[in-house]
Amino acid sequence: MKVTFKIWRQDKPQAKGAFKEYQVDELTEDMSFLEALDHLNERLVLRGEKVIAYEYDCREGICGQCGVFINGRAHGPHPNITTCQLHMRSFKDGDTIVVEPWRANAFPIVKDLIVDRSAFDRIIEQGAYISAKTGTAPEANAILIGKAIADRAMDAAACIGCGACVATCKNSSAALFTAAKINHLNSLPQGKPEAHQRVLDMTAQMEREGFGHCSFTGACEVECPAGISIANIAEMNARQGKAQLLG
Amino acid sequence: MTLNAKIPEGRLEDKWRNYQTQSRLINPANKKKLHVIVVGSGLSGAGAAATLAELGYDVQCFCYQDSARRAHSVAAQGGINAAKNYQHDGDSVWRMFYDTLKGGDFRSREANTYRLAELSAPLIDHFTQQGVPFAREYGGVLVNRSFGGVQVQRTFYARGQTGQQLLLAAYSQLYKMVRMKKVSLFTRHEMLDLVLVDGKAKGIIARDLVSGALKRFAADAVVLATGGYSRVFRLSTLAIGCNGSAIWKAHKRGAFFAAPSFTQIHPTALPQSSEAQSKLTLMSESLRNDGRIWVPKQTDDPRAANDIPEEERDYYLERRYPSFGNLAPRDIASRAAKERIDAGFGVGRLKNAVYLDFKHAIERFGINTIQDRYGNLFDMYKKITGIDAYREPMQISPAAHFSMGGLWVDYELMTTIPGLYAVGECNFSDHGANRLGANSLLQASVDGYFILPNTINNYLAAALNKEQVSTDHPAFKQVEVEVKQHIDRILAIQGTKTVDHFHRELGKVMWQECAMSRNRAGLERAIAQIKQIRADFWSDVKVTGHSDELNTELEKALRLADFIELGILMCTDALQREESCGAHFREEFQTPDGEAVRVDDLYAYVSAWEYDQGDFKLHKEVLDFEFVQPSVRSYK
Repeated sequence: MKVTFKIWRQDKPQAKGAFKEYQVDELTEDMSFLEALDHLNERLVLRGEKVIAYEYDCREGICGQCGVFINGRAHGPHPNITTCQLHMRSFKDGDTIVVEPWRANAFPIVKDLIVDRSAFDRIIEQGAYISAKTGTAPEANAILIGKAIADRAMDAAACIGCGACVATCKNSSAALFTAAKINHLNSLPQGKPEAHQRVLDMTAQMEREGFGHCSFTGACEVECPAGISIANIAEMNARQGKAQLLG
Repeated sequence: MTLNAKIPEGRLEDKWRNYQTQSRLINPANKKKLHVIVVGSGLSGAGAAATLAELGYDVQCFCYQDSARRAHSVAAQGGINAAKNYQHDGDSVWRMFYDTLKGGDFRSREANTYRLAELSAPLIDHFTQQGVPFAREYGGVLVNRSFGGVQVQRTFYARGQTGQQLLLAAYSQLYKMVRMKKVSLFTRHEMLDLVLVDGKAKGIIARDLVSGALKRFAADAVVLATGGYSRVFRLSTLAIGCNGSAIWKAHKRGAFFAAPSFTQIHPTALPQSSEAQSKLTLMSESLRNDGRIWVPKQTDDPRAANDIPEEERDYYLERRYPSFGNLAPRDIASRAAKERIDAGFGVGRLKNAVYLDFKHAIERFGINTIQDRYGNLFDMYKKITGIDAYREPMQISPAAHFSMGGLWVDYELMTTIPGLYAVGECNFSDHGANRLGANSLLQASVDGYFILPNTINNYLAAALNKEQVSTDHPAFKQVEVEVKQHIDRILAIQGTKTVDHFHRELGKVMWQECAMSRNRAGLERAIAQIKQIRADFWSDVKVTGHSDELNTELEKALRLADFIELGILMCTDALQREESCGAHFREEFQTPDGEAVRVDDLYAYVSAWEYDQGDFKLHKEVLDFEFVQPSVRSYK
């Protein structure tokens, strides 16, 4: 199988980037998309060129590190997967595949396809935890949590922090990411004591980082590899309103 | 040098308490004067860094990824064991200790293994309080399931994402301490060497992976939490970035490496489909709770799985191990699969897999229950293979997975270098020659949260009020120069082959000779072959780009250079151990029906290797079984 990759190359954060075309052959359909890029990079090394910088780690869809824009979509043509789970069988022989980094003001480009998503970590830092020092916990079954609540918390907690929601949103909003974490913790009894402060601090940080506002287009939930529902954003907004009144 | 494991006195049940009563303490006001470096931000690293910071120490934490949340603990699926006995099925700390010791084929320390079981219950309390959404009954209590090698239900889980949920709890707790300015976190930084002053660990040299700059960091103690090294096989269930470089550099600076060849081959990964493949995806062992493993009774059966009638299927695990069946421990399940595949009964396009079938479970429990239990795993399977496992069996195959071996540590988790600790998968400690499923998250967490924060004080108390080493010390300068020369040497080669080429070569040799089954001739051949790969690498590798920029190819080359040397040590270790135990199966030592033959008289020890100018010197820590009589491990 043979394809043409049109890939964004940018040497440094401040440098001017541009697309560059690469013809790649000897691909097979069962290669993953990232393995096809690996294959291209090996060819570049043998030609004495610098490799394309892109990110990945687990390559099984859970670490959240491997996001790129492929043919105008976050993580490629299929909904709800990560880039590492995309296979070349999703493309046709002779296709041109356009690959770009996530584009958002809050995610500056580091190099080529790599962006800086530390804005997410700083949102987490503002309260995505339950303050309980190691060694201070009560017996696990002392606080009962009904299955329905535990399941809903788990649904929200599944977020992998890849940033596809931001990248695909026309406003570059981080609402889905932030909402998922807030709803995970605030729906659990252990998260209640800090619930209001958590919502206020995390949403404030979201705005400080330069993410846009949510206008409920629903684009984020289409791409989210963890299948986080947009209903989470409405729930977060309700929690925020309540926190502003009571917090 | 004699190895002193520093096992405390007393009954097994009392040892940890006795230790804590006697270890030296540090006044909270003084802890902030003490600096600790933690390398790695997975469950053990983040747990240790956050807890040490809560206690008051000044902590610097490092990870090579863009965020601490990416560490490969995130990928553990099935669960975490704890002796809570919530299921009222006869579990206890003692039984969990015994299962773990037996599962490891009596090649781990009694005291460490007991402590692992003992601290498991409070760990579940801890994670529940941190907001981990463990599976629950309708009434609100926690649920458990079974895992391999065990006949009770003691595994706690959060769907198929237990590792992710535990890691995110640790990561969040870590960021809480970052917010409080008690932890300085250095993401996209990779430790490239350890700095010793007067024989003690006093700091590291790390490379800023974005700018390429080498940086010095000093501390009173260094904790390595860098995970497993099974990427030495190239194809493994590990993340692509997982590496053995930090522990290898520590080894070359004097830390002994224990049982390096003890590598777990996981029985339920997806089979390799091509040469270009970079990774073998793991399907959680929890699937073996309800899935039945089989191959056709005739070799090279051309029929589709669903066309093969019941009587023509060989449920070989149930046949060979009737009391544990599909829940036999991983080493046994992997070896049994290899035996069937090698004998020509393999299935799939490359005949390198066996079936894992849910037909009977779906008939018995209904599709909804199976979906509830494993839905995300079935989805993942479909995404990767395009096959719907609700309709036809999964195809699975063994893959390199967990490193039981690692840096030798004593009861305090300190290596043979004073002030250097190793926690989580990168140490050797609790699993012996084979790790039980769902004990990995447990060990990483217990090491990081509960053990290290209660042992490091015993060392640091002596460091108080001593002059602290700064990064201006000549030792830092010297190590930094050595690191720079090493990098420059690799970049100067400009040969004709890529880093991945050499990694594939190394992986093939390791998988062929040092994986599920090993023999003398093969291991000797492997050592010679790897030495050749090393020579070729150092004369013919080509790395483009420079050292003073983000250069992923250079990162890979540096890691591979260490993997190559580690591979030689692994084969050397497998060669010296002339017995079969756990995951270490020497073909010369087996019963006529293919079961392992352990040789306790000669090999009831932990091999601990000292680096000696390119060579390795063997030391032995004799395993003294004071409380349990090692038995022949039988799962029949």
